[in-house]
Amino acid sequence: MGAIFRREVQSYFTSPIGYIFLAAFYLFSAFFFTSSSIQAGSTDMKGMFGNLMIILVVLIPILTMRTMADDKRTKTDQCLLTAPVSLGGIVAGKFLAAFVVYTCAVAVTVVYAVIVAAYGEVEWLVIIGNIVGLELYGAAFIAIGIFCSSLTESQVVAAVVSFITILAVNILSIIGSLLPWEPVQKLLTTLSFYERYSGFTFGLFDLSNVLFFISAAVIFLFLTVRVLDKRRWA
Amino acid sequence: MIEVQNLSKHYGDKHAVDGISFTANDGEILGFLGPNGAGKSTTMNMLTGYISSTGGKALIDGVDILENPIKAKKNIGYLPELPPLYMDMTVKEYLNFIYDLKKCKLPRVSHLKDICSLVKIDHVYGRIIGNLSKGYRQRVGLAQALVGNPPVLILDEPTVGLDPKQIIEIRTLIKRLGKNHTVILSSHILSEVQAVCDKIIVINEGKIVADDTETALSDKLQGSHILTAKIEGEYETVAKAVLNIEGVELCKQINERDGVIEYRIESEEGRDIRRELFSEMAKLSCPILELKSAEMSLEDIFLQLTLGGSAKEEE
Repeated sequence: MGAIFRREVQSYFTSPIGYIFLAAFYLFSAFFFTSSSIQAGSTDMKGMFGNLMIILVVLIPILTMRTMADDKRTKTDQCLLTAPVSLGGIVAGKFLAAFVVYTCAVAVTVVYAVIVAAYGEVEWLVIIGNIVGLELYGAAFIAIGIFCSSLTESQVVAAVVSFITILAVNILSIIGSLLPWEPVQKLLTTLSFYERYSGFTFGLFDLSNVLFFISAAVIFLFLTVRVLDKRRWA
Repeated sequence: MIEVQNLSKHYGDKHAVDGISFTANDGEILGFLGPNGAGKSTTMNMLTGYISSTGGKALIDGVDILENPIKAKKNIGYLPELPPLYMDMTVKEYLNFIYDLKKCKLPRVSHLKDICSLVKIDHVYGRIIGNLSKGYRQRVGLAQALVGNPPVLILDEPTVGLDPKQIIEIRTLIKRLGKNHTVILSSHILSEVQAVCDKIIVINEGKIVADDTETALSDKLQGSHILTAKIEGEYETVAKAVLNIEGVELCKQINERDGVIEYRIESEEGRDIRRELFSEMAKLSCPILELKSAEMSLEDIFLQLTLGGSAKEEE
């Protein structure tokens, strides 16, 4: 797992993908930070955190599209799958690598918070809650992206499918509101990533939301392992 | 060391590998010979645990690859048909990655250095794999299989894409490795398998059609009873004289150029007619310009082996 993790982190930065991801994240977060905090003269950063969520719907698929798909296309999966490593180890290594790159991106929000703190009182607990929320939200998306990537050999297909899936799980509550049956509406709202994440941006640190994102990540990573295993039997 | 029992792989109705059984002992080089699509790679992929089998068992050093994959894989070095290389890494980074991946315990720097000098990639050690030629990539693939010094080496067409000089180098290397490793290698080139292997398994359409040592197999396959001869002279005269030789069953023209006719002459099995042919032609003063035993192509071998097999079954 350690070897795969190190290789993956390295490959994010020998290919342009890692840089593109970080640059895009920094650009948009700076833009949202400027408009919602600096220009508005507010120490409340919830505007920025709320908007970042939308950007991630597009950026996470870029981060994860090659994780599994490229190995399958170039047959390098033969070297991973015939090495004395478990399937879980392979998937975990790749997940952690993507998560570390993602954390590098999210870390920039700490810088923004420090800038705001220079001009006024900052509610640190709310900001920490927001950052934790953003990390959890990203972890779940990365797991979804890796899962989608394991289904195909094509990075483009992987990116498009992850984008659609991530968008869909975000707007489940909107989809639900179009359905006339209340129990289904309730169920879809409960499962909506957007609703779950909004709680964090309002400064609510709800343990059920934390568990929700962690379980979502675990479930999709588990499904990825199953996909790899199933491919051997096909 | 390697024991395969009734191994099968079915894709729906297609039987890619159909009940193969064989064993390879310590220090033995086993050759898998077969045309494209015979099931060589599928078998190797099953032995290494890349794909699972539909039926049967594969034991590496007594450990079942499906039941205890991690333990079994520790003993295997695998070079797939397409070397599994990360094109964005340097040779050094890649081999270090493989070293970590295999959780190798040998001293890192000296072990990797030994492997590199063994497959002669020292001078490209710092280069990016994507920029290397096919021959070098193949060698890096081989180096990757050797990391950790596994007792079993499984090499899928190891000489494909190499130039003649490199082919000879790699064959010598495999022979040397065969002394203290169990090696399974596949090929569709008969001469290659003959040159390197102690034991040959011929496989066609997922089934073993012959399982023999190298000498026994070539004796079986290369009788001197089929000759091709280039003889100058009238076709009628020559053919008549040839057919008059005792034991000749067939004499037919296969080619003609500038009055020289090439014949295919088949005699009874186990009967050598070359001397008689010479004296007969000398009498007619029709010079023999070329005479050789017909080389069997892989297709001929399969034809012979499969036809032989079915004929026996009919009996």
